[in-house]
Amino acid sequence: MAASTNGHDYKVIGTRPVRPDGVDKVTGRAKYGADYTFPGMLFGKVLRSPHAHALIKSINVEKAAALPGVKAVVTSADLPELADKMEAAGEQAINLAHLSATILARGKALYDGHAIAAVAATNPHIAEEALRLIEVDYEILPPVMSVEDAMKPGAPVLLPTLRNKEDGADKETNVATHMQFKRGDVSEGFKQADFVIEREFKTAMVHQGYIEPHNAVGIYNADGHATIYCSTQGPFVVRSLCSAVLGIPEGKIKVVPAEIGGGFGGKTTVYLEPLSVLLSKITGHPVKLVMTRGEVLRATGPTSGSTIRCKMGATKDGKLVAAECWLAYEAGAYPGSPVGAGAMTIVTPYNIPNILIDAYDVVVNRPKTAAYRAPGATNAAMASETVIDELAEKCGIDPLDFRLINASKEGTPQTVGPPFKRIGLVETLEAIKKSAHYKSKLTGPNRGRGVASGFWFNVGLQSSATVNIHTDGTISVVTGSVDIGGTRAAQAMIAAEVLGADVNDVRPIVADTDSIGHTDVTAGSRTAFATGWAVYDAAHDALRQLKERVAKTWEKKPEEVVFADGLFSPASGNGVKPMTLKQLAPRLARTGGPIIGRATVNARGVGPSFATTLIDVEVDPDTGKVEILRVTVAQDVGKAIHPAYVEGQMQGGTAQGIGWALNEEYVYDDKGILRNTGLLDYRMPTCLDLPELETIMIEVPTPGHPLGIRGVGEIPIVPPPAAIANAIYRATGVRMLELPMSPPRLMKAILKKRAASDSQAAAAD
Amino acid sequence: MATVVIPALLRKFTDGKDRVTANGRNLGQLVDDLERQFPGLREQLIEDGEVKPSVAVSIDGDMGTAGVLEPVRESSEVFFLPAIGGG
Amino acid sequence: MSQSSPNGSFRVIGSRPIRPDGVDKVTGRALYGADYALPGMLHGCVLRSPYAHARIKSIDITKALKHPGVKAIVTAEDFPEVKGVMAQVGELTVNTHYLSLNIMAREKVLYDGHAVAAVAATSRHIAQEALELIEVEYEVLQPVMTAEEAMKPDAPILLEELRTKLMEHRTDPGSLEGPDRASNVPGHIRFERGDLAAGFRSADFIVEREFTTAAVHQGYIEPQNALALWSPDGHVTIYCSTQGSFNVRTLTSSVLCIPEGTIRVVPAEIGGGFGGKTTVYLEPVAALLSKKSGRPVKMVMTRGEVLRATGPTSGTKMKVKMGATRDGKITAAEVWLAYEAGAFPGSPFAPGAMCTLGPYVLENLRIDSFDVVVNRPKVAAYRAPGSPASAFACETVIDELAEKCGIDPLEFRIRNAAHEGTPQPAGPPFKKIGFVETIEAIRDSDHYRSKIEGPNRGRGVAAGFWFNGGLQSSATVNIHTDGTVSVVTGSVDIGGTRAVQAMIAAEVLGVEMDDVRALVTDTDATGHTDVTGGSRIALATGMAVYEAAHDALTQLKARAAKLWEKKPEEVSFNNRTFNAIGNGVPPLTLKQLASRLARTGGPVTGRAALNAGAIGAVGNAFATVCVDVEVDPDTAKVRILRCTIAQDVGRALHPSYVEGQMQGAMAQGIGWALNEEYFYDQKGVLRNSGLLDYRMPTCLDLPMIEALIVEVANPNHPLGVRGVGEVGIVPPMAAVANAIYRAIGVRMTELPMSPPHLLKAVLERRNLAVTEAAAAD
Repeated sequence: MAASTNGHDYKVIGTRPVRPDGVDKVTGRAKYGADYTFPGMLFGKVLRSPHAHALIKSINVEKAAALPGVKAVVTSADLPELADKMEAAGEQAINLAHLSATILARGKALYDGHAIAAVAATNPHIAEEALRLIEVDYEILPPVMSVEDAMKPGAPVLLPTLRNKEDGADKETNVATHMQFKRGDVSEGFKQADFVIEREFKTAMVHQGYIEPHNAVGIYNADGHATIYCSTQGPFVVRSLCSAVLGIPEGKIKVVPAEIGGGFGGKTTVYLEPLSVLLSKITGHPVKLVMTRGEVLRATGPTSGSTIRCKMGATKDGKLVAAECWLAYEAGAYPGSPVGAGAMTIVTPYNIPNILIDAYDVVVNRPKTAAYRAPGATNAAMASETVIDELAEKCGIDPLDFRLINASKEGTPQTVGPPFKRIGLVETLEAIKKSAHYKSKLTGPNRGRGVASGFWFNVGLQSSATVNIHTDGTISVVTGSVDIGGTRAAQAMIAAEVLGADVNDVRPIVADTDSIGHTDVTAGSRTAFATGWAVYDAAHDALRQLKERVAKTWEKKPEEVVFADGLFSPASGNGVKPMTLKQLAPRLARTGGPIIGRATVNARGVGPSFATTLIDVEVDPDTGKVEILRVTVAQDVGKAIHPAYVEGQMQGGTAQGIGWALNEEYVYDDKGILRNTGLLDYRMPTCLDLPELETIMIEVPTPGHPLGIRGVGEIPIVPPPAAIANAIYRATGVRMLELPMSPPRLMKAILKKRAASDSQAAAAD
Repeated sequence: MATVVIPALLRKFTDGKDRVTANGRNLGQLVDDLERQFPGLREQLIEDGEVKPSVAVSIDGDMGTAGVLEPVRESSEVFFLPAIGGG
Repeated sequence: MSQSSPNGSFRVIGSRPIRPDGVDKVTGRALYGADYALPGMLHGCVLRSPYAHARIKSIDITKALKHPGVKAIVTAEDFPEVKGVMAQVGELTVNTHYLSLNIMAREKVLYDGHAVAAVAATSRHIAQEALELIEVEYEVLQPVMTAEEAMKPDAPILLEELRTKLMEHRTDPGSLEGPDRASNVPGHIRFERGDLAAGFRSADFIVEREFTTAAVHQGYIEPQNALALWSPDGHVTIYCSTQGSFNVRTLTSSVLCIPEGTIRVVPAEIGGGFGGKTTVYLEPVAALLSKKSGRPVKMVMTRGEVLRATGPTSGTKMKVKMGATRDGKITAAEVWLAYEAGAFPGSPFAPGAMCTLGPYVLENLRIDSFDVVVNRPKVAAYRAPGSPASAFACETVIDELAEKCGIDPLEFRIRNAAHEGTPQPAGPPFKKIGFVETIEAIRDSDHYRSKIEGPNRGRGVAAGFWFNGGLQSSATVNIHTDGTVSVVTGSVDIGGTRAVQAMIAAEVLGVEMDDVRALVTDTDATGHTDVTGGSRIALATGMAVYEAAHDALTQLKARAAKLWEKKPEEVSFNNRTFNAIGNGVPPLTLKQLASRLARTGGPVTGRAALNAGAIGAVGNAFATVCVDVEVDPDTAKVRILRCTIAQDVGRALHPSYVEGQMQGAMAQGIGWALNEEYFYDQKGVLRNSGLLDYRMPTCLDLPMIEALIVEVANPNHPLGVRGVGEVGIVPPMAAVANAIYRAIGVRMTELPMSPPHLLKAVLERRNLAVTEAAAAD
């Protein structure tokens, strides 16, 4: 793809070079968090609550502390008490008291696996033994596991400080927030409707399922400076959160991000990092903590399970006239579910005049949720996109056409008002319509085809970059953005494009928090967009200086030097010979020294992304097992810097969406104890469960971005559950309203339907 | 006068009005004017002189990054939204 | 320069905060080269020649390769044949052909310890065993150990292709060839001015002497080391102890003939260098072993290897003839210098010639200086390379002239001292310098004013000159959201330069030193930065940090302007706060402003990159020292009673570390003067390859060294900085020699002035006295 949709002829952007971090990863040389070791290092372990909901009456650590080899035992008593209010930590809004209590429970254990105490010892086995010697006296309380139970009047209350002031009376509640979004008049709207569909959906809590468990090595120095090596999506976030939790000034903490083995949003907060520093401070040794898979599942952020009621009305000719939605998301033990995003995305792909959306953030005795790929949007789309499919059917309109009739486009007001700028939803729908997949016939019994669309905001935030021109004309690009999806490759390509260099002459580096300007998390699909923007600007900053040097060597004015196709040449063609960067580089020393380009951004004009996904399934009528036959996802990617990695994001997101749709769920027993704490029982899709995922990239450049980039990482996870539900309906006639659509659930629904039709048949006789 | 779209649950401060107008060259001044018209609204949006971390602002379709300094034009359309995070 | 003009008053600069790298070092957490380890790492050892001069007839590695645990062996065969290109390393040019031969001998070994082969094995012991299994057949040749022998017409030739190159006066950049005959003298430089004969005719006194100085080692505590990883994608990462990570990159690239851009060098915390770690020995070998074995390879030298095979500085042979009028005016000087380069060309013979007599006004002079190859390890830079030896010669002769004129040696120097505008021996005139100020500082010191009494005691003074380096440096300054600052440079920290960089940033940005983190990053993470050498870091990298901080400050003012809805030029920064000119908005500190950066356009990063030499920012350095000694008449052991050094530092950014540099240099000079030398036997094999026998001074050998900081600001540097690291090593040898003369009447013309050498001189003098007495009867 040399020529791109936004008119430029790119030399590097749009090509598919090998990623610079590839060899280290495939040869096992890449250093992940758990690979770091230091002389005299101790090993830490965390004692976790065996109860879902309990008062902590006392903790006795004497025996544990006395065990030979044990160097320190800490509880929440060793952490400062923090204000119980929302505060900005780095760029995110967070209740620090709640964060601190997630690191080490204070007063109450609120979920199975809640951290109670931590031990540092000379080896992991001793640390584990020590855990068993810690005596905790619990007073067990009844757990609240679902939003329904939690919202019932008289439900056991998790956080006494949570108050509901909405209707005057100030009373205890499990509902942390209620949001409402309103446009027009829904009752009027529904009056105009020829068809109205109302359904209630339930979606299960699911985990991000990154391969690499959380880990941290903390080194606290006698001079009050701490260094943390860990697996994180945001070293600067780790820095500000640890600073808040430990009461150490940010500037005295240095975070070195390790190579990361997946995050998907789950590594945008801290769990072990503050403990590693606290234990190191007490022992004077470096301390390493690494979670087991069980700990990851029991105690790190999944995304919310939810209950969603969705009512939509349409006219015969397929015009959506009203939507009324009610969303309640499980926040886990502390407030902060992505229900707001759910509410703001649920009907946003469509132009609906009358909207009423109520959204509730509800605490339950489950681990505090963390961000997960387009947080909140997937649950919501499961509901709205299924209802829309049903409305399309009622109107007798092809589901793609139905969506095209109502699709949001430039100027359409979003749920919460601001009109869209240039967006690519229509293009994704048309791409699917034109696709070989959609044109192909789907034959055979128990087979069906479903389609669904999705919307996600994407974010911008702050990034910094420096670009160093070396004496041999090679270039290094330094950013603070942890590389999850191949962003180092993208940064190198952007610098190479601007500076007319070979991408192999550019080395992209991810630096620690002391070595680079503030850079927010690798999340929100922002790194190619915002950090890429910073790299673009930094490369231009370097280019400007290079032109000055060329001008100097030619004794001309900088503006008399033009740069094109990797060549510096004089604007007015007199005798001087054009030169390349490689020819210029060795002369930098003589023309004023080295050159560094630098740029920082707080990126504006974020381009939202849309995707439409088409899925064929076959349902085993005897077991209810769903086989995925074929999948095609069409996505507006703005501008694909490295198409292979954009496709990778589209395929990865779709795969996770399929797992969410068919298998993944937390199985808690009646006591609120998690029963499937391993990846054998918590079933994520493997390559055996999936066909090749076909991708169609659509490039509708983001206005304002110098390269037209849109975030690509998150949106593809949104449509699959609804698309599969719709496909299952076509295959079996059963409308699934609950995730996951696992064999037991689906079989139950199928049998119920058979029973119903049999009785009807009987009645007919 | 810029147009301000009031979030549903804050309309109790604006006698149910979902769209109001207010003056100000930047968001801070705009909110000051809103507070003059609808006492109590400011503390829902502003904390320690800065836009609450839990609140996002959209002006003419752009998510603002400059908080109270976000420039506002005569013709601007201003929305207050819940801040959202990505994964 | 808003705040900190060289004349202005400073808040942080000039104070003495604790160095940021201190705790890591005293708690043993600092990672030095040998502390690095990688999974699957192999250990490499080098087979070294047992002969000083021999032809390699064959190398058989088959047995060694079969040894269990051995993963790779390299010899010169495995290295590309590097043509004699000159690699640009900062302003030095390095002959990469000879560099390659020094790293791994090809055809010929040229000194005891010359690398012949290297082995990588699963353990260091296995690697050492394997070395014994490598069979090398040598044809032993006659070694040449001193410049004097090597210059003889019939001397054995080390390098057949060498021809004498004569480089005339610096102001005449012609480089004419000498006679086309094989020679051990690759370089000859001459500076000439005025009419020498006339000059000597007008002299009332003429002194002529011959001098010899021994080769001495830099004696850094941490031996050379390197850990290299050659990745299958062709990228090489090297962790090592070096003064110049970018040097290692350039030199390794030219020796292995791979693109510089494919090499990443991570400089470890460094345990001393003094110039000795500005080149490469193990790095390319480790890289090649890694390529062959497919695994990371670590190599660490033993002390013996360091002494046998890494660069010392030159031993010399020198002749000085100088004349002066009765009233103490030097009328002419004729100087002849020969520097031992070791096995390959490249001794500091030119700077030696350019520095000696530098401190003085001379109308008539001729200086000849020769670069001579001998069968010793190739010399490397050592603190003010070349200057100490030649200063030893001229400063003792000057002392003798002063005595003949009956003029106080300090007064004598003042009468002849160079000032701004005085032409240097090489021609160009001095810019503003502070030489006279250093002499006066000594003259007015308690030490010089104090009486020295008792038998066998004497006091000597001497002066010294060094150019200092400029070169290229890069820096970035990051303003963090909490108002803390990090300063990133590529300059390895030897003398406390991280502290200095942090102080400069703190000064400019009006924050506390404690809020600034200074760090040293690898070659991929920072802009090009030349060696930590030539006393250049506080000067050049400091200047880059100063400008980067101002770059950040400019952006911060723009942000403040945005907050106040003013124009950037309406915002001023003074008294550590941002202020709006005119109306009454409350001033903002950087900490207050930092929390608003996100809202005003994102983070702020300042950056600067410069070539300090090219912009004429370098300031020359002078030092004058005074030493009291007592000589044991029976053993001739010299005890240092008291010593004081006065040095023009331009501006002392962190006085403690400036004093540290002055004291450290002085201590090394005293070691050079009294003890240090290489003992080679007649076969040219080194006999004292450990620090017990190669005797460096310990704290037991030295009194507290008094340091007098003289600040004659360098007008071409925003902070007035001059380099401080090197010049302090130049005067001590002559000062000690002059003190010994005052103590016992013996003029020493040979270094070291160790008990055996000195006692010999003492006895000769006694016998002379006795015979004279006898004759008188």
